[in-house]
Order: sequence, then C-alpha cells, then structure tokens
Amino acid sequence: MCGIAGLIHRGKSSNVGSELQGMLQALKHRGEDSTGYALYGDTDGKHFIMRFKVGENVGEGSSSVMEDVSVYDERKKIVDQTLADLGAKIVKEERTLPYSLRYEIDYDVKDLLNFSQTIESIPGVEILSMGKSLEVIKDLGNAKAVCDRYSLDKLVGTHAIGHARMATESGVDIKSAHPFWGYPFSDVSVVHNGQLTNYWNNRRALENKGMRFMSECDSELIAVYIAQKMREGASLEEGMKDSLTGLDGVFTYFVATKDSLGMAKDTMAAKPLVLYESDDLVAMGSEEIAIRSVLPQEIDTYDPFDGEVKVWRI
Amino acid sequence: MANLKNVTKKTKAQEMGMHTEVLTGRTQQKFFNPDEAENFYYFGTYDVDFNKRTDLDVKDMTAPEANKEIDNLMSQGYGTIVIKNPQGKHSLGVGILNKLNLIFEGSLGYFGMGSCDGPIVRINGRVGWSCAENLMAGKVVIEKNAGSCFGAAIRGGDLICKGSVGARTGIDMKGGTIIIGGDAGAFTGFMMQRGRIIILGDVGINLGDSMYDGTIFVGGEIGSYGSDAVDSELTSNDQDWLKRKLKVAEIGENFDVSKMKKIVAGKKLWNYDNLEPTEKKGAI
Repeated sequence: MCGIAGLIHRGKSSNVGSELQGMLQALKHRGEDSTGYALYGDTDGKHFIMRFKVGENVGEGSSSVMEDVSVYDERKKIVDQTLADLGAKIVKEERTLPYSLRYEIDYDVKDLLNFSQTIESIPGVEILSMGKSLEVIKDLGNAKAVCDRYSLDKLVGTHAIGHARMATESGVDIKSAHPFWGYPFSDVSVVHNGQLTNYWNNRRALENKGMRFMSECDSELIAVYIAQKMREGASLEEGMKDSLTGLDGVFTYFVATKDSLGMAKDTMAAKPLVLYESDDLVAMGSEEIAIRSVLPQEIDTYDPFDGEVKVWRI
Repeated sequence: MANLKNVTKKTKAQEMGMHTEVLTGRTQQKFFNPDEAENFYYFGTYDVDFNKRTDLDVKDMTAPEANKEIDNLMSQGYGTIVIKNPQGKHSLGVGILNKLNLIFEGSLGYFGMGSCDGPIVRINGRVGWSCAENLMAGKVVIEKNAGSCFGAAIRGGDLICKGSVGARTGIDMKGGTIIIGGDAGAFTGFMMQRGRIIILGDVGINLGDSMYDGTIFVGGEIGSYGSDAVDSELTSNDQDWLKRKLKVAEIGENFDVSKMKKIVAGKKLWNYDNLEPTEKKGAI
C-alpha cells in the first residue's frame, strides 16, 4: 500500500524533521517495512552533503544477506581513499550506524555523474543522496524508529518528503526503500505510491543512456526518469508532466529539489493524495491524518484531480 | 407486492427512466409493503429522540471506540449527537442502521459513514475516500470537499457534497442520489447501475464509463465520455426534479438547470437478457 507525505514552508524554515516524522508516523498503517526521509536542511551551501551506506540493515525482517561488520570498515576506507583520489576533502564525518555515513565534503563538482559512478564502483557502497541541502535517510522500521535512530527530529529546513513503505515489488532493505535520489542531480529526491507497469522497458532505455539503477524497485524509475528529462533540458515541471504519459501504471509521487516541491497524479487517479495549501505552507499526504499531525485545527483540504501536476517553490 | 406487469400508464418516475428494466422474467426488484413495516427495522436498533442532544469528543478515541460510544448514546435515547474533533480519523460513523441526527464538527478520513441506513448526517469539514459507501437510506451532507469513490455502491438516500470530489464518484451505485456542488474527477459514474448523479461544476475524463443504467446530470464541462455513456434529452420532468433536489439539498438553488447535460447508458454493453452459457447448452 505505502504512504507518502511532504511539506514545504514558504518564506521561512521550520523543524521539518520532526514535522515529517509526525506525518509519516500517522501513516504507519500503510506500511512500516521501511521509512525514508528526504530533508532539505538549512546549510551554508558551501559543502556537499553525501549520505551513503556501506552495507544493509540486516536486522529482523530484513531480506538482505548477513555480512561481517568488518567489511563496512573496509568499504569506508576505500571510499575515503577514492574521495582523496578525486580531490574531495572530507570536512565533517558522521557515522550514525555501522553501515550508514554522512560526509560533508569540499569538492568542486564538475561531473556529478562521474563522481557518483566512481564512488559506487566500490562493491557494497551506495550514495543515498548528494546535494548542498538534501539529506536522504532511510532504514527499516516505522517513522519514529528511523527518526530516533538517526536523530532527525531536530533538523531545521524548508521542505521535506517521506515515505512509509509496505514492500511488495522488491525486498525489505534500504536499497529498495524510498526516497530515491534523482541521480546524478544534486538535491533531487522522489517518493512514490503505486505500481509502474512499464518499468523494464523504461529501465532498459534509460540504462542505454547511461543512467544507473541501484534496486529493482519500480519507484526508482521515477527518479531516474525525471533526472533524464532534466538532463535533456526539461524543467522539473516539464519532466513531471512528461511522466504522465511516459510512465504506465498507477501512481502518485512527489519530487523535491533544493528550492521546490512537486506532486504528480496519474490519469486514473488511482492512488490517494490529500493536499493543504496556504500562503506559507503546503502539506500533503496519502491521508488527511498525515496533515493533521502538523495542522490539528480545522483546515480546508482537497484531492488533486487525475493527471494533475503541481510545483511549489520555497 | 405490486404487480407492475399490469401497469400500462407510465408514471412520472418511469418517464424519467427511473424504472427502465423490463419487469418480467428474472427481476429481483422488490417494493416496500406497508403491511410488512415491522420487517424493515433492524435487530438492535433504538428508539431515539431527536430533541435529546449530546456532544461526543473523539479526539482521544480510536474509530471503533467512537463508533461504540455513538451506539451507546443511541441506546440511551440520544437522537442528536455532535461529534467533536474527528480530525480526519477513518471509519467514523460506520454501520449506523438507525434514525439519528449526527453532526461532525470537522473532517473525516476514509470510509466515513459507510454502510449506513437511515441517519441524517452533516459533516462540517472534508471527507476522505469512500465516504458513505453502501448507503441504504438517509442523508449525508458534506460542507467541504470529498475524496475519491464518493458514494461508492450506494443503494439509496441522498449524498451531497458542497465542494469538489475526486475520481470514481458513484462507482457501482445502485440507487439514491449524489449531488456535487463543485467539480468531479475522472470516471464519475463508473459502472453505475441505477440512481442519479448531479454535478454542478466540471467533470473529468471517462464520465459514466461502462454505466449500465441511471442518469448523470452535468452543469459544467465534460472531460470526455466513457464507454457506452451517451447524451440524452433533458425533459421538463428532469428539470423539475433537478430543481426540487437542489433545493432540498440546500445547494445551487438558483442554478439554471435547463442548461444541464443529461448522460445515460447507451446500453450497447447490456446483456441482461442473454442466457448464460450453461443455460444455452440446456436450450440446445
């Protein structure tokens, strides 16, 4: 089933980590195999923030293969060396969990595609997000469990999207969890509720154009599809509108960039979405109770219609 | 039971197409008989007094707890119950088979007022997907917007949304009336079998797709027609009925119904009278 939620503050920052946690926790009955956050924090914009993993969460319920924890250290060493070889300087390093790391790096990125491909050529390493404000955090469990594990409740920023997942099309693991980074674009992320039926046709075509897929989760296609459209010169909104015909199946999805948040709904309107919109805040989710977690007072909400695409800027 | 085979003069309702099946052969249509009135009360219903009123704050209740408390209040004779702080909770007010005046001060989530028979409900907020699904009788009024599958499979009663509704409104409906003050999404009236849908605003693509019967009235623009949905002439009887319904619904009272479009089933998909394959074998 899965649930998605997102919010964007316009003209101010807020505690988006805590707010999104509340929204996703309200949707936990839609799936709690894994939960993911794409948070756009307030930063000085000087350094790239790279969230990456060097292994999987192999805890209870995971479909990943158990590994010796020592390989995580080995992979981290190779990542550090590779960054040095690329001329990237690690300014700040955080290792929240043995398999999950956050680096702030000083790097003059000329080709993020090449940079990412080089890092991800290290077996077992996946970049979860790359950007000046975007941080993708995803792991097994419900929203509160993931929020507590990564101490996300104090993160201040302008906007965020998230996903509560019931695994149906692929495994219970971090690589299949949402949000997906819009590789290789800085600060682009996607969450999706639905099923895509022309996944393999699109995937083959996009791989032929040099795009990469890290999972077999159909939702990853949306991130890659939009990223490819942007590579070809389309704006975010144009890419999203194109997806209404290019992607087959049922879907409601959100895309976020460093300064905007968008939603798209398929032409069958088969997947739910409730939307609240005011001058200073837009909040949306698969169910109204998600919005109620941040706006408990009586508010006016509505369901976007079939084939609708909307984009808001901070 | 009324024997409609012998009725030759068409009633107003029949002229409007409210009784379009051929009432011979295998019809299962039944009509209310006053002599059997006692059979139309459900076991476990209560004799309530509309003048006996109380508030119920469901802020800290789960939906089953809230619904159980509504039942408990009805058992004490309360005929008017005001629900405070519904806060978008799912499945509130489901399965009420009683006369009752129910008011929600706020919005409901999914499946609000599902499978009800008889209550008069006013929701001073928005409703999520599948509001009033399977409504048998009564009246449900939503002051704001509604989600998709609004009034799915209703059998009777009036379901009124003063705002806009999502996709598949009135899907599989088998009777009753749905009235929308704003716009409606795609596949409105999808596979509807009976009843009426009135939309004062615009409607999305595939209107009335695969509808078997029933009628849809649209005041605004139509995105596209679904399979087997066709235009029909708007008669003076239709206009009278529309005016009456909109007045009773407290919605669009001054709306110019003469400009509405009337959409019905083309009936090219009908196969009611075709024999089942096994029956065909027997006939051969």
